[in-house]
Amino acid sequence: MPDPAWTYVLIFFVVALVVASLIAIVPGIFTKKRPTPEKLEPYECGVPPTSAMLGRFPVRFYLVAMLFVVFDVEAASFYPWAVRLRDLGGFGLLEMVAFIVVLGIGYAYVWKKGGFSWR
Amino acid sequence: MNPTLALLITTAIKAGVLIFIVVTSFAYLMLFERKLLAWFQLRVGPIWCGPWGLLQPAADAVKLVLKEDLTPATADPFIYKIAPALAVLTALMAYAIIPFGTFPDGTPISIANPNVGILFLLAMSAVGVYGIALGGWSSQSKWPLLGAVRSTAQLISYELAMGLSIVGVLILAGTTDLHGIVSAQSAHHVWYVIPQIVAFVIYGITATAETNRAPFDLPEAETELVAGFHTEYSSLRFGTFFVAEYVNMITVSAIGTLLFLGGGDGPFVSVVPWLSILWFLVKVAFLLFIFIWLRATLPRLRYDRLMAFGWKVLLPVAALNLLVTAAFVALRGHGT
Repeated sequence: MPDPAWTYVLIFFVVALVVASLIAIVPGIFTKKRPTPEKLEPYECGVPPTSAMLGRFPVRFYLVAMLFVVFDVEAASFYPWAVRLRDLGGFGLLEMVAFIVVLGIGYAYVWKKGGFSWR
Repeated sequence: MNPTLALLITTAIKAGVLIFIVVTSFAYLMLFERKLLAWFQLRVGPIWCGPWGLLQPAADAVKLVLKEDLTPATADPFIYKIAPALAVLTALMAYAIIPFGTFPDGTPISIANPNVGILFLLAMSAVGVYGIALGGWSSQSKWPLLGAVRSTAQLISYELAMGLSIVGVLILAGTTDLHGIVSAQSAHHVWYVIPQIVAFVIYGITATAETNRAPFDLPEAETELVAGFHTEYSSLRFGTFFVAEYVNMITVSAIGTLLFLGGGDGPFVSVVPWLSILWFLVKVAFLLFIFIWLRATLPRLRYDRLMAFGWKVLLPVAALNLLVTAAFVALRGHGT
């Protein structure tokens, strides 16, 4: 049986969706469009664009995204543990210390390999 | 009338009113910020529209609505148009569960109070990246793309430390239910800002980064990236990104109040429960003031330092704080 609170969240979502859709539609209604080729060019500090958009961007960003997925999944496993820690007591603490040590080894490895420095 | 239907309709009305209030408070937050920044710099700020410039937000809104709505020829028109709406939608979703105070019978004043409130808030703040990433990418222009990837990398890096700093509070409260966390603070007679001061500081820093506020406003660093991810946007779509940013600012202040500052807890609340709304709003306003104060005081960080700070300082400190809190609670049976 799901928490009935989610029904209200769903209703809120529908109302927010209506508001957001209005925001997406309204700008086209009140204004007159007078496009010129120059106006529709992508902005490049006033000079005509020299090339199309960069097809690639630094691979660093990809690495950050990957590290995020790794560590965020592990961070998510803290939540259920944190809530029940009072009942788990010393055993729960030991278990989590072991988990954090393993996590820490991975973290130290990424640090050593230069995964966190922006070069 | 069917009671279920009646309940649905009243909830929808409540949601509509709440969204209206949030958007209005965004408008006045913007004015508040312009006034404060002006005073910090010994200027007067907006004064011409209405007394003390109180009608300035209305004037800005009218101006934005009447501006030409441009879509660059190279842009992906559909995604370009829905990205701002997506940003504002994810920003608003947090208000479905934020409790603004306590009714006299002890129930929370909120649209809904799911038992995994914190997880929902974290999920919404993670999904919030989409509006920025898609908006920057769909413009098919160089500056917005760079702004968008920077912004995405920054958001996900700081999200980690934010998530870890919140775990400390969860250990003390023993619940992920937002109203439960507030009640636990009143029950323990301590606001978690005291035992969790390290977590509070980390939360404050990451919240500033998550909302792209100075000194972490790299995604829109005007000196290097023109205007970052919204360079190509004009008219109300440009304004929509601002709505999302400011609404997010109010959201993180509200979450900070709930987790660390006792929510609606305060003097005389036990006598007059309605006061809880007032205390809640006062604390949120205080945190918002600090946001603006930071912007007026601190210069922007360099991007490589920003990323290194998130990964090499905030993350280990948050993990350490988590361990110490856990040790206290597990060995003593309580943490306060």
